[in-house]
Amino acid sequence: MPTYAALIYSADVDPTQPEAASMMKDYNEFGAAAAAVIRGGKALYPTATATTVRVNGGKGGDIVTSDGPYAETKEALTGFYLIECADLDEAVKVAAQIPGAWDGAVEVRPIVEFS
Amino acid sequence: MTVAGDTLARLIRDEGTRVLATLVRVIGSVDLAEDAVQDAVVRALETWPRDGVPDNPRAWLLVTARRRAVDVLRREAKRVGKEADAMPLAEADPPPSVIRDDLLRLVFTCCHPCLSVDAQVALSLRTLGGLSTAEVARGLRLPEATAAKRLTRAKQKIATAGIPYRVPAAEELPERLSGVAATVYLIFNEGYAGVRAPLVDEAVRLARLLASLMPDEPTVLGLLALLLLHDARRCTRVADDGLPVLLADQDRSLWDAVLIQEGVSLVGRALRRTPSAPNPYVAEAAIAACHVLAPTYASTNWDAVISWYDVLFTVRPSPVVSLNRAAAIAERDGAAVALPLVDALDVLADYPWWHATRAELLHRLGNHPEARAALARAESTGLTGGHAALLRRRLGE
Repeated sequence: MPTYAALIYSADVDPTQPEAASMMKDYNEFGAAAAAVIRGGKALYPTATATTVRVNGGKGGDIVTSDGPYAETKEALTGFYLIECADLDEAVKVAAQIPGAWDGAVEVRPIVEFS
Repeated sequence: MTVAGDTLARLIRDEGTRVLATLVRVIGSVDLAEDAVQDAVVRALETWPRDGVPDNPRAWLLVTARRRAVDVLRREAKRVGKEADAMPLAEADPPPSVIRDDLLRLVFTCCHPCLSVDAQVALSLRTLGGLSTAEVARGLRLPEATAAKRLTRAKQKIATAGIPYRVPAAEELPERLSGVAATVYLIFNEGYAGVRAPLVDEAVRLARLLASLMPDEPTVLGLLALLLLHDARRCTRVADDGLPVLLADQDRSLWDAVLIQEGVSLVGRALRRTPSAPNPYVAEAAIAACHVLAPTYASTNWDAVISWYDVLFTVRPSPVVSLNRAAAIAERDGAAVALPLVDALDVLADYPWWHATRAELLHRLGNHPEARAALARAESTGLTGGHAALLRRRLGE
């Protein structure tokens, strides 16, 4: 069965803060309900903690860092799940249960299995 | 068996689609199945005219295509140094029920909502319609490389993202089916608006295929009826000078009576299946039927047209439906009654036909300066050349 990454794009909040408690409750409920297909996943700290790294001039070149996410967007990448589903229809159904799907959007992408 | 060239080409293409549908299920790859079927079709076109059509053309195509697919798979396995997986055997001559299910799977895969509409259109033409990539490109007025890329991407997504080869479950069917119908309707409109006969023919062919696969689905019956009733007027829609001819001015004696009869009877069949809540396509087809059944424009049953617009609005509300309804009101009750209805639809301010309709009504009411202003807005919002020229002529400009 293929595995999909469900990338969550939603409000750029800190999930460890008390004000995120009700959101975390929703995520815990999703996690319990979809336990059978979830193969992994993590929440991310807000984009204020992000550092974007580039190397100029090819491999071994100058390391240039910038403060912030790769792309400044209204909704940020805030976490992801790995889900194992029979096909895209099933993966879409699971993704539609992730709270981020109504607080923002969830991008479903098949992951590569290197054999 | 001896068959004339055209009939033979059509037979090979129709059977090719069926064989493709089965082969995709058996080998699990749209891309490979398509190449293999293409190869078998080319061989059939070469050998059948010379040697005669085999007793069972479909089985011949399926066996030939499958052999080709097996060859490709073996070669591929050798290249990466693997044993070829056991090749599942396709029955050489599947029963009609299996063919039907395979075709349905192909329909719902090509029109899967996780594919972009552009991708669905291209795939429907290529895979369901059996057009070559070059023909798809010509039909959609795209450079061939663009069409090829679009098709490759779509097939890649089907394979790697795991778009299933499956007929949707009953509870999903209505929504998925309206997606399929929308794609076919889009193909038709592309062809109809641009007066591109091959695309119109292809859309009608796809709608016929859907109606034969799902003879009890009102969406499909309504879609086919709508396309036929529009298509019946095809040869009267453009004048010799290339300008469009409006419905009121078309030569009704040239309309295709056979298509009209078929379309009208489909509307009846579809309505009997959903008497309480007609499908939007059926309601639209009913409106088209009111028009083609009227012996003259003046004798159109506007009461019926307006009622059908009311029905259409209840099942698929949109300001464009209201605009068309107002245009029918203008014919029944006069421009003075219709104009306020049209003016109230100013959410359509970016829609050229809203301005064109206002121009026409203002012209009828003798308000020429405002009619000319509305015409200018229609043109600046993108009214196509032919219709703009027609309206300009009407306004005496």
